[in-house]
Amino acid sequence: MPDTEAVVALVNVSVAYGASVALRDVTARFGAGAVGLLGPNGAGKSTMLKSLLGFVAPTSGRMHVLGLDVATSPLEIRSRVGYMPESDAHIPGMNAVTFVAYCGELAGLPPVDAMQRAHEVLFYVGLGEARYRNVETYSTGMKQRIKLAQALVHDPDLLLLDEPTNGMDPKGRDEMLELVRDLAHNKGVNLILSSHLLPDVEYTCDQVVVMDKGSVAVNGAIASLKQPRGQVFELRVKTRGANVDAFIASLRAAGLDCHATDEDVMRVFVPGADGARRLFAIAAAEQAQVRHLRPSVPTLDDVFASAVGET
Amino acid sequence: MPIHDQGYRRYGGQRAPRGRAWTVIAKAGIRTRLGQRAFLALLLLSWLPFLVRAVQLYAAANLPQAAFLAPTPGLFRQFLEQQGIFVFFLTVYGGAGLIAHDRRANALQIYLSKPVTRAEYVFGKLAILMVWLLLVTWVPAILLLVVQIAFAGNVEFFTGNLYLFPAITMFAFLEVITVSTAMLALSSLSNSSRYVGILYAALLFFSEALFGVLRLVAGNTRLSWISVPFDLNQVGDAIFRLPLRYDTPWPLSLAVLVLLVVASGFVLERRVRGIEVIA
Repeated sequence: MPDTEAVVALVNVSVAYGASVALRDVTARFGAGAVGLLGPNGAGKSTMLKSLLGFVAPTSGRMHVLGLDVATSPLEIRSRVGYMPESDAHIPGMNAVTFVAYCGELAGLPPVDAMQRAHEVLFYVGLGEARYRNVETYSTGMKQRIKLAQALVHDPDLLLLDEPTNGMDPKGRDEMLELVRDLAHNKGVNLILSSHLLPDVEYTCDQVVVMDKGSVAVNGAIASLKQPRGQVFELRVKTRGANVDAFIASLRAAGLDCHATDEDVMRVFVPGADGARRLFAIAAAEQAQVRHLRPSVPTLDDVFASAVGET
Repeated sequence: MPIHDQGYRRYGGQRAPRGRAWTVIAKAGIRTRLGQRAFLALLLLSWLPFLVRAVQLYAAANLPQAAFLAPTPGLFRQFLEQQGIFVFFLTVYGGAGLIAHDRRANALQIYLSKPVTRAEYVFGKLAILMVWLLLVTWVPAILLLVVQIAFAGNVEFFTGNLYLFPAITMFAFLEVITVSTAMLALSSLSNSSRYVGILYAALLFFSEALFGVLRLVAGNTRLSWISVPFDLNQVGDAIFRLPLRYDTPWPLSLAVLVLLVVASGFVLERRVRGIEVIA
């Protein structure tokens, strides 16, 4: 029985490429609005999207998109879904407006409507002035925009965006994220944004599904996942012999969750109250000097790191 | 709220029923080729033999001293055989990149993420090549028939050779379908149209050369089924009720052609996918 409230529902889905298992018994539910599909490279995000489109058949399990079974109604699903692939993809030998209009016609739009929609979406994604140029002459950022345009031209009920900010400069990336946010929050388009970039997901999405090694690690609303169940601190210590690993091990042995950031600052999660007192006590026991201790707020980074077990 | 929001708008119009995507693909492919001057020049050149034959038919019908040029069923068979060279060049020029270019540009993901089946994609691409090939085989051959009737001022030749119309149609379609599916299958194997064209030409010429050697060794032409062009010749002679030029039974030649089409279909089924999995 399909989950009628979920836009996308997977139940015990496994996908394998030969001997390599890309999705392991995945059960996940994507609600309406913007849902982030987060995970490191190789987690199975793209495989999940391609399975939903029917590019690859699962070895087990069932998937429903917009209330339709992927196994029995793939064409109907694809007529209501827009897909923005991760890799560079276009129809060779066409300019932008011809390409997008062509995609509209392939999706079932009459030729005149397809051409009109092509112009509209190209202006919307910021390619209005360049729409008569051959797509093959486009920069990386422009190619990302045109991939979004071809996914939007037929007015899909669900957008699948695979790494939409790939290869874009900071300004282009911000503009792309604004477009995605506008689509999800103002235009009522459901979307699944697959990315390994936490800021992208945090800015545009309300819910997140975190994947790791082919399985779902965490699934839920971003706001509730970031709710502290204790206290979060930024901590920097100086240990004897510069052996921080032993100190981290002792923190974990005491039931505290800890992971390092790019600088030499650690983020420590202390359940319950009296977090600072406990940290000082552990530092004293390990003969480590506390050089920096500051209360912090949980971020999606923390949720992700905790979910995928990063140190 | 602005009076007219130039941002993204929802679409409330009609959508075409499914199953027509192949016509969209075919029309786009044909339109693209029509914009290429070299291709148009080749197409025009391929109609020169038609003009020569038309002049021949005019002369035969209107000049007593040209009576020896009177039309025979063999004339139409010869015409289609001579068009074979243009079929070759058009197939390489117009067909080698049909799927190869899409593979290079990663376009299959775009196509198959739309409500387009793999079969529609293949038929759409096939239709593009078939249109060009029929334009240089079936269309001019049928037109020659019409021209013959027009110049002769009577339907005597046509009614005396009623089988010519179905024969022309059958042979032209057999040739076009065989060649188109084979080229499309080869095109699906590579990202480079150049490589596909070379491979196609090499397979044709190699098979002809191999038969040439085997004919010398065996001392007969029973092995002509090895070469696809010779299979087409054999079946064409049979269709036009002409003496067969090789010792190979024509059903065997036909079976080889059918097998080639089936094998091409199998290759296309394996290669036209949304993702390429390297296990």
